[in-house]
Amino acid sequence: MNVALLIIFAFLALSIYLGIRARRGKDMNLEEWSVGGRGFGTIFIFLLLAGEIYTTFTFLGASGWAYGRGGPAFYILSYGALAYVMSYWLLPAVWRYAKENRLHSQSDFFVSKYRSTGLGVVISLVTVLAMVPYLAVQFQGLGIIVSEASYGSISSTLAVIIGVVAVTVYVIVSGIHGSAWTSTIKDILVLVVIVFLGLYLPFALYGGIGEMFQQVNAEKPGFLALPAEGLSVPWFISTVLLTALGFYMWPHTFGSVFSARSARIIRRNATYLPIYQLVMLFAFFVGFASILQVPGLEGPEADLSLLRISLETFGPWMVGLIGAAGLLAALVPGSMLLMVSATVLSKNVYQAFRPDVTEEQVVRLAKILVPLVALAGMVFSLASGLDLVLLLLLGYAFVTQLFPALLFSLLPNNFVTKWGAGAGVLTGVAIVAYLETFQIKLRAVFPALGALGDTNVGIVAMLANIIVLLVVSLATRPSTVAEEQRA
Amino acid sequence: MRLSYLLAAVPFLGILGGVIFANRVEPFVLGMPFLLFWIVLWVVLTSVIMAIVYQLDPANKEDEAE
Repeated sequence: MNVALLIIFAFLALSIYLGIRARRGKDMNLEEWSVGGRGFGTIFIFLLLAGEIYTTFTFLGASGWAYGRGGPAFYILSYGALAYVMSYWLLPAVWRYAKENRLHSQSDFFVSKYRSTGLGVVISLVTVLAMVPYLAVQFQGLGIIVSEASYGSISSTLAVIIGVVAVTVYVIVSGIHGSAWTSTIKDILVLVVIVFLGLYLPFALYGGIGEMFQQVNAEKPGFLALPAEGLSVPWFISTVLLTALGFYMWPHTFGSVFSARSARIIRRNATYLPIYQLVMLFAFFVGFASILQVPGLEGPEADLSLLRISLETFGPWMVGLIGAAGLLAALVPGSMLLMVSATVLSKNVYQAFRPDVTEEQVVRLAKILVPLVALAGMVFSLASGLDLVLLLLLGYAFVTQLFPALLFSLLPNNFVTKWGAGAGVLTGVAIVAYLETFQIKLRAVFPALGALGDTNVGIVAMLANIIVLLVVSLATRPSTVAEEQRA
Repeated sequence: MRLSYLLAAVPFLGILGGVIFANRVEPFVLGMPFLLFWIVLWVVLTSVIMAIVYQLDPANKEDEAE
């Protein structure tokens, strides 16, 4: 085993140790295991939010898209800022309602708002479906790091399996407390590593960031803007919208709101978190710096660009540190996603059908489900052949289907019924699943649309979702007679 | 409150609407291709705008005691 791999595995061991320590001496009930109590202060909330937002997707995926796609990668910088703008009003409303009604999960929220256990089950299953590709992002990222840091001695498939085992073990030994501590280390290490790489590489190899962009532009004219077809302007607008609307629809981002101490903290986050997005610039710089240095990575291989240029430029010690940062950037959100998926299936799906089971049984089932969900993520990662960004976009196309039902539920007089909400969500999910499975491009089906045919399928599905939601809600309004009598 | 909503709409116009006009490589600004510069500018402006919204919002003074 080489120095780089030793460093990476040392950080893995440290994370697991911290996870065990965080839990020792504590008899954890389900609320502690999943929400971590309601006592986290500003810094922890910030780290938790940041830890969930900055994943291997940013580290390897954003640099990979800068390398392989150029201008379209800039969508990654755009959607967070808009999501935070919406969060200013959306999240305090969710937080207040959740606190008043003692809710623990996203599913509880929908169950309570729409007075329907069945809708809670539908929402839960959709979020788990969306989290499988998101988990696959983390596993694939870990696979890339381990395989590249081994200088090719570990195959990428074996490396993905190692990653899956690492995340699963980590989740089993720790709960949210473990990941809160590890995410502190992760945030510092990832930030130091990515800022260093993003500045060092352009300056050392090109003489500056401006010079680097000039050379890339000279080599590949137009690469640094959006193309006329494919990842075009309509694709960009619809994708930023999709990902901004879906940003807080994940059970873990939605759930992170519940552990906030006050609505004011949530609103304050909305003012400074947009700036934090600029960290992604450094990932872009690494990707662009790699274009002329490690050319020839095609398709999903573009995700290797950050590690390939690191291998070319630095010795094994530095590669080990870079790999350790990447490991943590995958481990922290990966463990969170895995834990949340298993909890959602156990508590919000299984317990919905069997309300008489004890809390211990629900916790035990969640722990049994952890390796099974991990397996699903692994199979998805190995089978899909998608790059990291496309995997996450697929997850977003599913999860954003919850947005209309959530938004309507916050209205003072919500006319949307549980049937409308459920039918809308399922319509949206079905359309995404169909178009993505058969790789159907709207532009190919309707050439007359021109560039509008590049609109993200998730947004197209959401429009259908809204129409179905409205129509079914009008058809199933329970109180029509009562209202007529009142009038 | 109304002013806050108007302010909040500005980043959406700047990023989602602006990209139609800003989708170009040149001129390079601060070393960055124009599209990237445009987005960076709006990310920074979003924070500024939300800081103003925060200051204008009476709810943030009410909650102070929490």
